[in-house]
Amino acid sequence: MTSPAVDIDSAPATPVRPVAASARGYWRRVGRRLSRDPVTIVCAAILALIFLSAIFAGHLAPADPYKTSMLDRLKPFGFRGHLLGTDELGRDVLSRLLYGGRLSLLLGVSPVVAALAVGGFLGTVAGFFGGAINTMIMRTVDVFYAFPSVLLAIAISGSLGAGITNAILSLTIVFIPPIARVSESVTAGVRNLDYVGAARASGAGLFSVLRVHVLRNVLGPVFVYATSLISVSIILASGLSFLGLGVEPPHAEWGLMLNTLRPAIYIDPTVAAVPGAAILLTSISFNLLTDGLRHAMDVRA
Amino acid sequence: MSGDTPLLTVRGLRKHFLVRGQSGWGGKQRLHAVDGVDLFVRRGETLGVVGESGCGKSTLARLLVRLIEPDVGDVIFDGAAVAARGGISVRALRRAVQMVFQDSLASLNPRLTVEATIAYAPIVHGAPVAEANRRARAMLAQVGLVPEQFADRYPHELSGGQRQRVNIARALALEPRLLILDEAVSALDKSVEAQVLNLLLDLKDELDLTYLFISHDLNVVQYLSDRVLVMYLGRVVEVGPVEAIYERPAHPYTRALLAAMPTMDPDARADEPPLQGDPPNPIDPPSGCRFRTRCAFAEAACAAVDPPLAAVDGAGGEVLEPDHANAGAHYASCLMSVAGSGHSRAPARIGVAA
Repeated sequence: MTSPAVDIDSAPATPVRPVAASARGYWRRVGRRLSRDPVTIVCAAILALIFLSAIFAGHLAPADPYKTSMLDRLKPFGFRGHLLGTDELGRDVLSRLLYGGRLSLLLGVSPVVAALAVGGFLGTVAGFFGGAINTMIMRTVDVFYAFPSVLLAIAISGSLGAGITNAILSLTIVFIPPIARVSESVTAGVRNLDYVGAARASGAGLFSVLRVHVLRNVLGPVFVYATSLISVSIILASGLSFLGLGVEPPHAEWGLMLNTLRPAIYIDPTVAAVPGAAILLTSISFNLLTDGLRHAMDVRA
Repeated sequence: MSGDTPLLTVRGLRKHFLVRGQSGWGGKQRLHAVDGVDLFVRRGETLGVVGESGCGKSTLARLLVRLIEPDVGDVIFDGAAVAARGGISVRALRRAVQMVFQDSLASLNPRLTVEATIAYAPIVHGAPVAEANRRARAMLAQVGLVPEQFADRYPHELSGGQRQRVNIARALALEPRLLILDEAVSALDKSVEAQVLNLLLDLKDELDLTYLFISHDLNVVQYLSDRVLVMYLGRVVEVGPVEAIYERPAHPYTRALLAAMPTMDPDARADEPPLQGDPPNPIDPPSGCRFRTRCAFAEAACAAVDPPLAAVDGAGGEVLEPDHANAGAHYASCLMSVAGSGHSRAPARIGVAA
């Protein structure tokens, strides 16, 4: 209770703490909470495996992902050393899956990171300063809301032309508005809380108030939201490739593989389902990891 | 500075907020939040500020620490005008005047430990981090929280009373001379409230502080204050020593407020509410006396004349001069205490009566 009558002798004797201990203490807490959450750990492990297998695809792949074989087309699982069968051109599906992870993950993560930087900045500025600045930024952002995100990605990619860079660019543009919107609303909520007023009343400068009191409380929710967009990004990128607007053949990418294997659904659906399963596994893992992070990073929970 | 200068003098302080009209269209309307407030706070005293919700108490507090810019009016701290030529800067003011907010949870950053919260202000003002942390721990001990137990906690791990102690420690970390307490104990349980009030009294003696204590709780204000200021619709309606206000209230609004105080005596309980309805809309306040729409003594003169703050005791009709900060002076802004005001209950002019 509030009573100061606590026996000081019984209080644990704390050694002199290093200066940055409070910040480190926070992350230690987050780590401790995460360690008690098996679902999140499993998802993190799966994602780590997926990332590692993509990075080391050159060492792990049993075959050349580009080597075609007219005779061994659309063979089932386990056919002559092809663990996951072969595709419509007789290429080893497992090898293509491992190599394809590189592009798919790149297309999943990099647009979100770029959009987090741009959208987070725009949203925080709009939310903190309000007024005309807010109106200018947020109404511009609203224009992008007029289009469904898939349509917008297709339209931008279509006008820029196919290619990985253009796909990343178009996905970044698609993700900036929702991230800006979330940052803006979180910032606007934080800005009016009394602790921001108390910080200003203590004589702190604008930059210090923004950094210590606003950003620290905005970053968590925005970061968690952005993480949840990674799975969307992978699926949208797959969609672009599927439509021929993202990665061009013969590159290996999960969405593109799904596209080229589509006609094979009537011959051997299992082979065609493999890249789809990879997309599903990755995006589910990202979603569940996000939920776990959200929970662990909320100090109040 | 001479010992007689008030620590804080406020003259003609005004803040009108521009708000959108009810329809959401058309021009903006002016909300008269604080509308010409004069007051002074003497060194070492506690000035209680009371009034209904929406009377401008909190806006006044925020104006005094410059969380809001006033439209017009002078704030003079220790003889130096704030943000004026030859005066003191807002930053210097914020070192000397600190504020404790009502919502103990919302006024603490959830991501900062108690120690980091208290050490923040000294760091901002240039103290080395280690020194600021030492200061934070010392402040914790001063507000009755064992530093070893509480320094590393987060706000959500504290009770309401503990959080408000942390808020007080945070406000005191800069060694301010004036502490503004905006409903600082209103959200606490009665027993915790009493503990925090006693802590505030102790700290005032130990640290030689001056308090501006804003509350809607008349009992608490009576307990803590040396002088009391009553606000209604953005104006000061009565100000004076605590005994004078509670025993000889001059303004009908103050009388109504006091009559609304809960009493422990069942026979003395009022059946009728002393005040009917809500205060008028501050967007369009009544002409003349703002209280006339709810006042039992309202006459034609009340709608025509805006009553000045005039001395209540002794010779009536003397208008308040904030510079002559007389601790014993009792002023009310009611035509009934202004001689020759045209109100039938006004005292006769001196000289005329003789």
